[in-house]
Amino acid sequence: MSTDKTATRKSKSTLSAKPEPSASLLYTGSDWNFDTLGRIFDAVRKIGEGELGLDTYRTQIEVITSEQMLDAYSSVGMPLFYKHWSFGKDFARNQMMYNKGYQGLAYEIVINSDPCICYIMEENSATMQTLVLAHAAMGHNHFFKNNYVFRQWTDASGIADYLSFAKAYIAKCEERYGIEAVERLVDAAHALQSHGIHRYPGKRSMDLATEARREQERRAHGEALFNDLWRTVPKAKGKVPASKKKVEEDRRKAILKLPEENILYFLEKTAPRLAGWQREILRIIRLIAQYFYPQRQTKMMNEGCATWTHHRIMTRLHETGQINDGAYLEFLHSHTSVVMQPDFNDRRYSGINPYALGFAMMQDIERISLTPTDEDRAWFPDIAGNGNPYGTLKDVWANFRDESIISQYLSPHLIRKMGLFHIVDDHEEEELLVSAIHDERGYREVRRALARQYDVARRDPDIQVVDVDLAGDRRLELRHNVVDGITLEEKDADRVLQHLADLWGYEVRLVEANDDTTFAEHKAEPMRPFA
Amino acid sequence: MHIIDRRRDPGGKSLANRQRFIRRARALVRRAVREASAKRSIKDIDKAGDIVVPADGVHEPVLRRGSEGGKREYVLPGNKKYIQGDTIARPDEEGGGSGAGDGGEGEDEFRFALSDDEFLDLFLEDLELPDLAKRQVMGVEETQPVRAGYRSSGPPATLSVVRTMRNSMLRRTALGRPRPEEIAALEAEIARLDDVGGHDEAVATLRAELERKQKRMRLVPFIDPIDVRYRRYDQIPKPVARAVMFCLMDVSGSMDEHMKDLAKRFYSLLYLFLKRRYKRVDVVFIRHTHEAKEVDEDTFFHSRESGGTVVSTALEEMARIVHDRYPANQWNIYAAQASDGDNLPMDNNNTINLLKTAILPLCQYYAYLEVGHGRDDGAGEASSLWRAYELVAGSEERLAMRKVSHRRDIYPVFRDLFAREGAKAEA
Repeated sequence: MSTDKTATRKSKSTLSAKPEPSASLLYTGSDWNFDTLGRIFDAVRKIGEGELGLDTYRTQIEVITSEQMLDAYSSVGMPLFYKHWSFGKDFARNQMMYNKGYQGLAYEIVINSDPCICYIMEENSATMQTLVLAHAAMGHNHFFKNNYVFRQWTDASGIADYLSFAKAYIAKCEERYGIEAVERLVDAAHALQSHGIHRYPGKRSMDLATEARREQERRAHGEALFNDLWRTVPKAKGKVPASKKKVEEDRRKAILKLPEENILYFLEKTAPRLAGWQREILRIIRLIAQYFYPQRQTKMMNEGCATWTHHRIMTRLHETGQINDGAYLEFLHSHTSVVMQPDFNDRRYSGINPYALGFAMMQDIERISLTPTDEDRAWFPDIAGNGNPYGTLKDVWANFRDESIISQYLSPHLIRKMGLFHIVDDHEEEELLVSAIHDERGYREVRRALARQYDVARRDPDIQVVDVDLAGDRRLELRHNVVDGITLEEKDADRVLQHLADLWGYEVRLVEANDDTTFAEHKAEPMRPFA
Repeated sequence: MHIIDRRRDPGGKSLANRQRFIRRARALVRRAVREASAKRSIKDIDKAGDIVVPADGVHEPVLRRGSEGGKREYVLPGNKKYIQGDTIARPDEEGGGSGAGDGGEGEDEFRFALSDDEFLDLFLEDLELPDLAKRQVMGVEETQPVRAGYRSSGPPATLSVVRTMRNSMLRRTALGRPRPEEIAALEAEIARLDDVGGHDEAVATLRAELERKQKRMRLVPFIDPIDVRYRRYDQIPKPVARAVMFCLMDVSGSMDEHMKDLAKRFYSLLYLFLKRRYKRVDVVFIRHTHEAKEVDEDTFFHSRESGGTVVSTALEEMARIVHDRYPANQWNIYAAQASDGDNLPMDNNNTINLLKTAILPLCQYYAYLEVGHGRDDGAGEASSLWRAYELVAGSEERLAMRKVSHRRDIYPVFRDLFAREGAKAEA
């Protein structure tokens, strides 16, 4: 709500001001054609790249109809995707929701690829197209290109080719092995998709020069710390030799690189009975999940970045007289409804709106950088009053993700403004406890709790493959490290485990436990193993 | 920056996935269609509509945290009155203040819309129709190609030689293409003068003339692509007529819901079948106990009457309505009667007479459907009405009669009709 008000206030002040008479209007009315679109894009880019210094991939704008937008919805927005019934299910649902008027369509879809593809709807008015281009082609595009999670995990220039390979490969498998066999495999892989992700980049093997340099550094370090006294300290008794069984277990785990949390990866490399094509399909689905992983980690920031960018660009366009008052009001109308955050006890409340929080945080960082209060100076000594809001924001966009930006930059000011409070719902207690609110004692706790709420690795249950005896009965052992006593949804877990058993080809056991309690145990035998 | 206009791209990219989904959920969707079709009015049987299937059947499981137990934390916006240490009564259900964390789908049913064709397809599949019959029921409107002028492109088989040549001649004349005879004459003249000798000047002019004409001939072709015309055909729907369908049903107490449901399916199928063949189909509902009455569809299926059973009353009523509103020379008349086979024994003769003399001569087709429960199949003796109708059926091919105790028995009743239609089509 608060952002809502500021935006309106700002609009009033700028509306009364005379526009700088520098440029003529980009368009009038709501109609547009391809020339208008080109002019709009150039104007938007001039502000985005010139004034804000954004760094983007090339842009490819594709104008589509609402039917095509519906199509795009159900293949996760990607222009090409392999065929599977679950996408048809989404499509059927979206189509009905849209036809009945329960839900509108997005104004745009933007794809993290190089060139960056922006789908925009033909129904949008000229103002909406301007907004959409500022939002997607500038904001999201900059974020995709510069944020470290995307740089680390996705290959923007290769994704289109990879998806077309994946589609063709799966279609070929369907032709050769039958639709049913492939569909069953994809079902099983989809069930495990959330656990087909590497959360840490693998170790790169070093080249000789680096290795030599490191060796040298180590030796220098050893020489610097050399102290002859250590020679005189009596030696500790050697470790008790581990039992033979333990040694064998360790060796086994080392060979299989266990424990392993990327279950799909483990199956692809280790499952004893899968055929080559089946491994390849598991790999495809795993890599696609990996491609989308950064988006899940940065949803709030990404939207915040894009929303802040479009707000700034639209405001500048209005200030320089390139759009008229009517267009600016139209923009503000849709902007405020996008960043609207209902209170927790509001009927419309459905979680924290990533657009609202993201936009508010970006605005707050800008404020801290330009006109900090004493409180801000105490909390953010590194950026408070540095007078360089764009540079600060770009640095933030490049080097953080949702969880870390909140734990670093959620300011007391914003916590107060949004009235954030932290409640704890302990199942063993009768009532919910308000454990922290927006006051001096609560800021840090609220901030920590909110950051945890955005931590993807914490939201997904932590499940790992811990052991398998390839020489013995080949039973696959998994462990869910239970946090806060929250166990898995039982029915779902059993079904996924059934898929897992079919993939593995032998018995599978999942133990849910923390350090001192075992909460549950699920088992599954393969019913129709893949082979 | 590129701007690409994708609006003209072929749509329906998700169609394949959607079909896969329906195939996957076929059994569920079929059951849902069966339930939905029982609720629908006969005339709406082939309309698109919402279908609800249990979400469990098309659920995609994932490993996710359960929604119960444990210690959960939420950060919520918009605090006005709470301070640290306050306690709040737990909301009765999920939702209220604490629905923040989980992204699970709490729905237990999945709702989506089927198109007309999909709905009909599944409806027919549920009746276990053979494919051939399904095609006939689903069959697109039959059309007839009718000549409708000419066009400039088309398959070679429709090339109109006459029209093409006429265009060619027009063009040749207009552009002054020399005729081969002129050239031949010119050549002959040159040859003659050459033979005679001494007319060098005249020969030179003639040669120049010849060359000019030959050039002209090369420039103006005999047939140019722009001359070519093809015959154009319009697809005109075959003339369609009107049909009226009489639904006759015994509604005395002995007809239970199962029987009525079977009867309704039968009427639906007949309606579909007729609708594909006739532009306009009227449906008349006549229910009877010991007296007959024309009613609307809802009353027909849902209200119950008590009384004896006198079939002939229904036939009389039908004959009266035909006489009043549907003259047999303007309407195709179809009748379908459903009954459990009861009739007042002394009425049988009367019924047969009516059928033979008054009803069957009017009808294209009269179907008698004896609905039962299947448990007394085979061993059970024929009902009195059945035995009576059997006498007529021997000599009348328009009368089809079947005992039906399950949905799948309904189709064979149509077989005679389809067989006749098929024979007609081949002839």
